[in-house]
Amino acid sequence: MIRDTTLGSKLWAAAIWFLVGFFVINLFAMIATVVTSSFATRWLGTWLPVGFTTRWYSSAWSEFQLWDVLLVTFQVIAAVVFVSGALGVTAAYALARREFAGKRLLILLFLLPLMIPPITFGIPLATVLYQTGLAGTFWGVVAANLVPTVPFVILVMIPFIEQIDPKIEAAARVFGANTFKLFIHVLLPLLLPGILAALLLVLVRTIAMFELTFLVAGPTSQTLVVALYYAVFAAGVRAVQSIDAMAVIYMVTTLVWLIIALRFVNPTQIVTRAKQQPAH
Amino acid sequence: MDALAPTAPVEHGPSLRQRLAARGFDAVTLLVIPAAIFSLLLFVYPFAFGFILSFEPKAGGDWLANYKRFFSDPFLYDTIGNTLRLAIPVTLLNLLLAVPIAFRVRLMRRQRLLTTILVLPITLGTVLVAEGLLNYLGPQGWFNRTLMTFGLISQPLKLVHNYWGVFASLVITGFPFTFLLTLSYVTGIDPALEQAAATLGASAWQRFRHVYLPLLMPGFAITFCLSFVQAFSVFPSAVLLGEPAGITRVISIAAATAAFEEYDYSMASAIAMIMGFVQLAIVVAVLASRGLFYRGPASGAKG
Repeated sequence: MIRDTTLGSKLWAAAIWFLVGFFVINLFAMIATVVTSSFATRWLGTWLPVGFTTRWYSSAWSEFQLWDVLLVTFQVIAAVVFVSGALGVTAAYALARREFAGKRLLILLFLLPLMIPPITFGIPLATVLYQTGLAGTFWGVVAANLVPTVPFVILVMIPFIEQIDPKIEAAARVFGANTFKLFIHVLLPLLLPGILAALLLVLVRTIAMFELTFLVAGPTSQTLVVALYYAVFAAGVRAVQSIDAMAVIYMVTTLVWLIIALRFVNPTQIVTRAKQQPAH
Repeated sequence: MDALAPTAPVEHGPSLRQRLAARGFDAVTLLVIPAAIFSLLLFVYPFAFGFILSFEPKAGGDWLANYKRFFSDPFLYDTIGNTLRLAIPVTLLNLLLAVPIAFRVRLMRRQRLLTTILVLPITLGTVLVAEGLLNYLGPQGWFNRTLMTFGLISQPLKLVHNYWGVFASLVITGFPFTFLLTLSYVTGIDPALEQAAATLGASAWQRFRHVYLPLLMPGFAITFCLSFVQAFSVFPSAVLLGEPAGITRVISIAAATAAFEEYDYSMASAIAMIMGFVQLAIVVAVLASRGLFYRGPASGAKG
C-alpha cells in the first residue's frame, strides 16, 4: 500500500473526508426527519414535535395490508434476481469472449433497454402484456422488471469477464475441460464475486423500480414501492405521518436486504478477491 | 484431376463446426441466445409497437402530426432542455464525487462500514427522499434552522419546490449507485501496477493520470451512461420536489401527462420516442469514445 506524506496529499485527503462527512451528516439528518415525523403527534414549526406515538405504524400496517405486499415484493425480487442472473451471465460470457458477425448488433440490443427510460418502453410493453393476458399477474410484473435487469447484468459482467485472463481458460482447455466443466470449476469461482455484486445491484434496482411495476401490476401483484406511491398519490387526504411510517417500513425492508447482501459481498473486493485465488 | 487426388482431404475442407468456429460461432457463442430471444420478445417487439403507434395521431392529421406538435409548442420542446439541465450536471457531479472517494476508500482497511453508509441511500426510495427533503430542506426544516442558529443566513434559503430540490434528490439517490460502480472498477485494478509506477517515482497525480485513468476509462463510460439514464428519467421527484409547471417540467412529465391525463397514447409514444432519441444521442457519443482507450486485462503485467 502506498502512503503519500506530502502536505498536498494530506490536504486532499482532508478535503475528501470533509465532503464525505457533509454528505453523510445531511443524509442522516434527512432520514432522522422522516423517522421523527413518523412517530410525531403534531409537528409544526419547531425543532421537535409536540409528542410521540406509534399509532401511525399500526394504522399503516393494517390499512395497506403490508404483509401481503411485502410477501409479493420478496417473491418478485427473488424471481427477477434469479432469472436475470442466469440469462445475463451466460450472455455476458459469450459477448466478452467471442468475436462473431452481428455481435455489435447484439450488444446494441442489450444496451438499448438500459439507455431508454423505463417509462418510454413501459407504456408499449404494458399494452403488449395486456394483450397476452400476462399483465396484472405475478409473472407479468417479473417479466416487465426483467427487461432492464437482464441487460444490466450483461453490461456489468462484460468488463469483469474481460479482466479475467483468457490464458487461464486456455490452460483448462488444454487439460481437457469441456465448456461445462470450465464454467463450474474455473469461471464460476473467478466470477462469483462479480456475479453477486451485479445481482446485488439488480436486487436494489428492482426494489426501487417504480414505473414498470406500476404499469403492469394488478391488485395482487403490487410491490411495496407501488403501494407506497398509491398511498401518496391516490385521492383522499392521508396524514403525512402515516406516509412517513410506511416510508420507514420501506427503508427498513430494503436496508435488511442490503445488509444481508453486504455480509456476503464486499463491494470493494469484487475483483480483488478473484485475484487472491491464483489459477497458476 | 488425378494429380489432385493426394490432397483430397483438403478438398473436403474443415467441418462445418470448424468453419463456424473460425467465424466465432461455437458452443460458447450460443450462450447468448436465451438473452437475445428474451430481449426481442419483451423489448424490441413492444418498442416497435410504440414506434408505429406514435405515427398514428389520435386527433387525425398526417403521420408526423405528433412530432410537429411537439417541436412547435415551447411548453413541450422546452422539456428537453429542462431535463438535460438537470441530468448532465447531476451525473457529472456524482461521477466527480465518486472517483476521489472511491480512491480514498480503496486505501482503507475497514471499508465495509463506510461503503455501507454510502450505499444506504439506495434503500430509501424516491418517496422517502422526497418526503425527507421537503421537511429537512424546507423553510422550517433542520437545515435552515441550523444555518440560522449559527447566523450564516438571516432568511431561510428556498431549497425545495425549485431546481435545487430535484437536484439534491438526484444526487442523494444517484450517488450511491455511481459510487458502487466506480468502486468496483477502481478496486478491480491490480495495485501492483500502481506500485510499479510509484517505484519509478510517479507522484499520486501522475499515477492517477497515467496508470489508473486509461484503465478506468471503459468503466467510467459505462458508469456515466447508467447514471445519466437514471437522472434523465427523473419523474416522481421532479413532481414532488420541483416546480413541475416551470423549471423542472422534465420530459417524462410531458409523456405522463399525455398518457395518463389526456389518454393520448399516440402522443405519449411520440414524446417517449423523442426522449429515447435525445438520450441515445448522448449515450452513443460517450460509449463510442470508449473504443479510443486501452482495453484488456487489468490484472497485472505478469503473464
